[in-house]
Parts: sequence; structure tokens; C-alpha cells
Amino acid sequence: MHHSIEVSHLSFSYSDGHPALHDVSLSIAPCEKVALVGPNGAGKSTLILHLNGILSGKGQVKVCSLDVNEKNVSRVRAMVGLVFQAPDDQLFSPTVYDDVAFGPLYQGLPKAEVDQRVVDALQAVGMSEYARRVSHHLSLGEKKRIAIATVLSMQPEILILDEPTAGLDPRARRSLIHLLNDLPITMLVSTHDLLMVHELFPRMVIMDEGQVVADGETIELMKDRALLEAHGLEKPF
Amino acid sequence: MHFSPAPMHIPDGFLSILVSVVMWILSIFAIGYSLKRVSQDIGERQVPLMGVLAAAIFAGQMLNFAVAGGTSGHLMGAAIATILLGPWAAVLVMTSVVSIQALIFQDGGLLALGANIFNMAIVGVAVSYVTYQLVYRLSGKRPWGIFAGGFLAAWLSIVITALGVGLQLALSGTSPANIAIPAMAAIHAIIGIGEGLITTGVLAFVYATRPDLITRQEAPPSKAGVVWVVGLLLAVALAILSPLASSRPDGLEWVAEQKGFLDTAQGTVYNIIPDYVLPGVSNEAIATVLAGILGIILVLGVAMGIGYLRRHRQQASDQ
Amino acid sequence: MHVHFLDPYRPRSSPVHALDPRLKLVLTLGFILTTALVPPGAWPVYILLLAIVLSVEIISDLGVGTVLKRSALALPFVLAAVPILFTIPGTALWSIQIGPWELVLSAAGLERFASIAAKSWISVQAAIILASSTPFPELLAAMRAIRIPRLLVAIFSLMWRYLFVLVDEALRLLRARASRSGRSDQPGLKTGGSLAWRGRVAGGMAGNLFLRAYERSERIYMAMLARGYDGEIRKEPLPRLGPGGWLLLGVGLSVYLILLVVSLIL
Repeated sequence: MHHSIEVSHLSFSYSDGHPALHDVSLSIAPCEKVALVGPNGAGKSTLILHLNGILSGKGQVKVCSLDVNEKNVSRVRAMVGLVFQAPDDQLFSPTVYDDVAFGPLYQGLPKAEVDQRVVDALQAVGMSEYARRVSHHLSLGEKKRIAIATVLSMQPEILILDEPTAGLDPRARRSLIHLLNDLPITMLVSTHDLLMVHELFPRMVIMDEGQVVADGETIELMKDRALLEAHGLEKPF
Repeated sequence: MHFSPAPMHIPDGFLSILVSVVMWILSIFAIGYSLKRVSQDIGERQVPLMGVLAAAIFAGQMLNFAVAGGTSGHLMGAAIATILLGPWAAVLVMTSVVSIQALIFQDGGLLALGANIFNMAIVGVAVSYVTYQLVYRLSGKRPWGIFAGGFLAAWLSIVITALGVGLQLALSGTSPANIAIPAMAAIHAIIGIGEGLITTGVLAFVYATRPDLITRQEAPPSKAGVVWVVGLLLAVALAILSPLASSRPDGLEWVAEQKGFLDTAQGTVYNIIPDYVLPGVSNEAIATVLAGILGIILVLGVAMGIGYLRRHRQQASDQ
Repeated sequence: MHVHFLDPYRPRSSPVHALDPRLKLVLTLGFILTTALVPPGAWPVYILLLAIVLSVEIISDLGVGTVLKRSALALPFVLAAVPILFTIPGTALWSIQIGPWELVLSAAGLERFASIAAKSWISVQAAIILASSTPFPELLAAMRAIRIPRLLVAIFSLMWRYLFVLVDEALRLLRARASRSGRSDQPGLKTGGSLAWRGRVAGGMAGNLFLRAYERSERIYMAMLARGYDGEIRKEPLPRLGPGGWLLLGVGLSVYLILLVVSLIL
């Protein structure tokens, strides 16, 4: 079966020697929606950075059957839509339009297609009227949506989000959850928001100390209070 | 850690003591005056603002973009600091950047720091300020003036700073003038384009988000006269310097002339480097090009001076 | 994400590390000045200076290899002095024909070039030792002690504090851009956009960084006000230098003077 993401025995240590990932294996099939949970320092962000080639460690990482290596990294980045936690780091163009257009423009697509993709991406996140706005002045919730649009315009195979609901007020959070629910795309989300996980993500992967300690159905794993607490998580209800 | 875009930070050992000391003295005066002015203008706010923005310029120098075949363009930052903060604060900010680069990262020497500060924090800022104000006013304070002014200010700040470096190396006897100066100018005329591009990008972003930060820094009309004078002085100084680049005899030629070794038919040991630096291009040509650029600056300066005087007379007659 | 790699300070328990920062600063600057004043060609003195700096590296436990590796930073600039090899008159050592020109390498040129390279290399090692053996706050105190204006030192201090934060932000901006820089599978497309566009994007990133820094500085100012800041930076001065310190200073400066005189005689 063609997997969207296939990680095999991935290990990684930072240059100061700090080991971050130890023998991590993970597969995500097309159209799956998977949540990655675990305490801070578990290696979730480190793992995610391997998925679009920003970091590279020992072991194998494949995206849509393409090895993530120097040769393919350009193609991989077009296929993996990575949304970081802090939108301020990702919105670096004067207008919303410019930011959402960056991906397609970089790929060299003709202007007409770029325009269309921007329109589609903004519509998918419910921010169609914001194209001419200045991203700097928007609220956190709005910025997070725009940040998602900036990768959707690349029409990636998989959407990866790092802490999408962090810092959002209840209304913005609800809005974002609706948005993620409606997006028909393979999704991997790293989060502390277990209520959202329970609502949106049928599959959950628990990481701790650089290793995968559990990988299975969310409903089942959520029943195991001991497991959750052993890895710095709290049963959400 | 090397994020500096171009060979502008002079290490220790390359400048003569005389040049180093003179540069230190000039820099100290300029920094002292800038401290006074900034204290007056923004008082106690200055420490957090200057400090954080100096950190931002340092960090901003890491934001590169691919130019060609593995090389990349970076920001030096004098122009953008000047446009956003005004000249006095920009001097302090750039001084901080250059000093920390030297002290902690050995990007530039400690004795040579005076010269490096003079080049990047003082000349770079002065050139940026004058150029930007000139172009902005020439545009009638219209938006395009901000971007054209920013581009030109950035480009010139790099080129003129580079000329300064070349001149200092030449005066120290480290590099012959007729190689160092044109070489620095030529290389940085190209590198300066990168600085210009990034600077306009920054201005575009800031203009869209906080245009007040840009327009705040207009020189008040009463100071405009100073701007013209400084600009014209700079242009005149450069005009004087450019023949230096082309006709200053390098040691070999001088000795050869002295000892009558100009006759190459003798098969002498001394082979004089001919009067050109690049194949097919004579020093005269380089001087001409330099003169051309200076001529443009001079004409601009005169034009703006006339424009200013006319407006001033207009205002006077309106009263 | 931590950018500690930027900070050259390496804590060690060496006498050099324990030395008063004011002494270190003055001795380092004196050393570099001495090196600069030594005339070209006074090789014995250069060797002595190199010996001094290498010994300090060993005493400081920083590792000669590490310091030497860092010192390679200053090397590329040496290219600027290469023409000197051919333009200073003197005994010819070697010549090469390039097109219509003949470049003659002279002994005097070689001596001059080598002296510049030696001075540069020795000086940068001294600067590396200073930065690697002295925590930055101590360097700031040393700067105040040699009468650098307090306001300027305060600006350095805040710059240092926020350097790592902002470098972190810059790195994240670079990551964000890299993550959206992909290649389409449609054939015949030019990846990367035009040079002007790339420059503008980099500018936008810088603008984003500056703007956030500017607004952050306003928050910092508020926090400082809340803690009673009134424009004056008051810091506890370093304890007075003890007799041992003055002795070391005297010895150091004397050694420099002697080396200088010797080099002038040679």
C-alpha cells in the first residue's frame, strides 16, 4: 500500500549530543488523521522536522514512497505541508496574499494558477476576504488559519500541524477544530489538546523520551488512564 | 559564526597604527555625538530600543537568499537602520552590531574595530541618510521615493563603505591602491544590489504594516540644508579620492621611475605592472566611471539644493 | 530550539578563566597593539608572541586545536594582501607569466605579506581566548572599567540578552521558508522565482523580524519601567583590583614593551 508517511527505525541526536529520537517507526496511510501526543521534550517536534527534511537522522523516512534525502528534499517539501506552532514565524510577507502565494510562486507556477490556488486555500480556511490584509495585524486565531492556508496553496499530500490550538481562546479553538474537521486531507497533528484529539483523530501515537510508546485507536488508548499518566498526559474527561 | 555578506570586517594586522588610531578617534567622536543626540531625542527609551534592534540586525544578517550557484545575498543593515531609526540611533545600533561581532565572534579585529565602526556604522549610516533623504524629497515625498531611496541608499552604503575599506588598506600599505580600491568597488557594486533588494523588501513589509515607522524619520525642513551640504561634501571628497585610485603609483613603479628601470629592453628584474588593473580597462577608465557616478550625485545634490531654495523662497514670499 | 552554539564562552576552571576581566581585556588589547607595532620581518619577536598566545591557550584549557580552528576565520581576508607579494620592490624570488603581464614575487613582498598574515593570525587568537574564557557579563563590566560610556554598554547588554532570542526567530523564519520551498511535479517549471522576488522575500522576513523586535522593545521598556527604571543603568562595580592584579598588569605591559623594543632593534 502506498503510504503517505513511512518512518523506519529513525534515530537522531542533536549536535550537542542530546539524544532526541530512538528507533522511531511510524506509518501513515492516505486520508488518515493521526494525533501525536506526549510530554514536552518527547521528540514530537523533532520527529516532525524529519518529515520534510529539515533534520535528518539515522534510519529511513519516506514521503509518498520518496526517500527524504538531499536529492528529493525539494519534491518532499512540495508534498508535505508543515505548519509550525507560532504563526508569526511563518507569515513573513507584507500581505496575506503574498504569504499564501509564496509556495506556488516558488514552484514556478504560472500567475493564473497561483491566483487560483490562493483563492482556494483562503476559502478552505474560511478567510477569503483577507487576501489584501496585512497579516501582522490579525488575531492569533486568524494568523493560524492563514498559516494553514500558506501550505494548503501548495496542494500537499499531507498536512502536519504543530500545536494548532495552543494559545487560542475557546471560540477560535472551536473554529479551528471545525476547519480541521472539514479538510479532506491526510493529517498529522502534534498536540497537548487531548479533547481535540478525542474529537477529530481516530488514531493516536504516544511518544515519550524519543520513543513511540503506544500507537493505536484513540478511544482505546484514552481508556487507559495509567498509560496516559505514565507519559505526562491527563485523561481529558 | 560568519553571517557577514562581504569582506568588510577588517581583521587585526591589516591596518597601520596610524590609520587605526585616526579611525578610532573619528569613531569615538561620532559615537559620542550620537549618544548625546539619541539621549535628547528618545531619552530613556533608547536602551531597550537600540539593544533589541541591534540584536535584530545581527539576526537579520542571517536571512539570506540564493543568488547564483550556491552564493547568497545578505543584509548589512546600515541603510535600513538609518531609514527606520534615523541617523543617530542607527549609528549606535550599527556600532553595537559591529562591536559585538568583533569582540565575541572575531568578525573583524579589536584594534581595527575603530575602522570597522567608522566604515559600517558611520559612513554607512551617513551615506544612507543623505541618499535616502535626497531621493525621497526628489520624489516629492511619494511612496516610490521610499523604495527607490531605500534601494539607492542601501546600494551606495555598501559601495562607499567598501571604498573606505579599500582606501584604509591602501593607506596602510597592505594592498596597493590601484588594485584594492577598484576591486572593492567592483565587487561591492554587485553585492550592493543584494543589499538594495533586501532593503526594499524590508521597507515593503514595514510600509504595509507600520508605515508610521518610516515616515517618522523625515528630516525636518530646517535640517535639510545640512543634508545637502553633507551630501555635496561627500561627493566632492569622493571626486578627490578617485584620481587617488588610478594614479597613485605603487611602490614598484615609483622605484622603477626613480632608478630608471623603465627600460624593459634591459630584461630587468623589475617588471612594472602596467597601468591597467583589468584586461583592457585602463585606470583612466575606472576613474572616468567613478567620476561619472560622482557627477550624478553632484547634479542630484545641486538639483535638490535648488528645489529646496525655491521652496524656501516660496515659503518666505507666502508669509 | 537553542542557539548556544553562538556563544563562544567555554567554562573551564583555569587561571585564565578566573582572571579579572578588566585585566584580561587590557592585556588582550595591549597584546594586539604590541603585535601591530612590531615591524615586518622581526621574526624572532613574532615567534615569541605566538609562543605567548599558544601558552595562554594551553593554560586556559581551551584546547589549542579549538582556538586554531576558530582562528581560521580571519584567514580569507589575507587575500586582500596578496597583491603586496608582487608590488613591493626587492630581490626577485620567482616570476610567473600571466598573459601580457609578468608578476614578480619579491623577497620584501613575501616578508611583508607573511608579517601581515602572522600579525593577523596571532591577534585573532588572542581575541578568541578573551571571548572564550570570559562570560559576556564580565566583559561588559570590563568595558565599563575602561570608561566605555555606560549607555553604550547598557545597549550591548540588552543586545546580548536578546541576541539568542532573535537569532532563534531568524532560524525559524528560515525554516518556515524552507518548508514552503518545494519543487512541483509539473514539468518545465522554473523553481525558485526571480532573484528580485527572492530578495524581496528575504527582505520581508527581515522586516518581520525587525517589526517584532521593535514591538518587543516597547514591551521590554514597560517591564523595565515597572521595575523602577528611570533611564540610569546602575551596576555594582567590580571589586578593586588587588596587588596581584596590578602586578600581573605591570608584568604583562612590561613584557610587551620589551618585545617591542627588541623588535625595533632587530
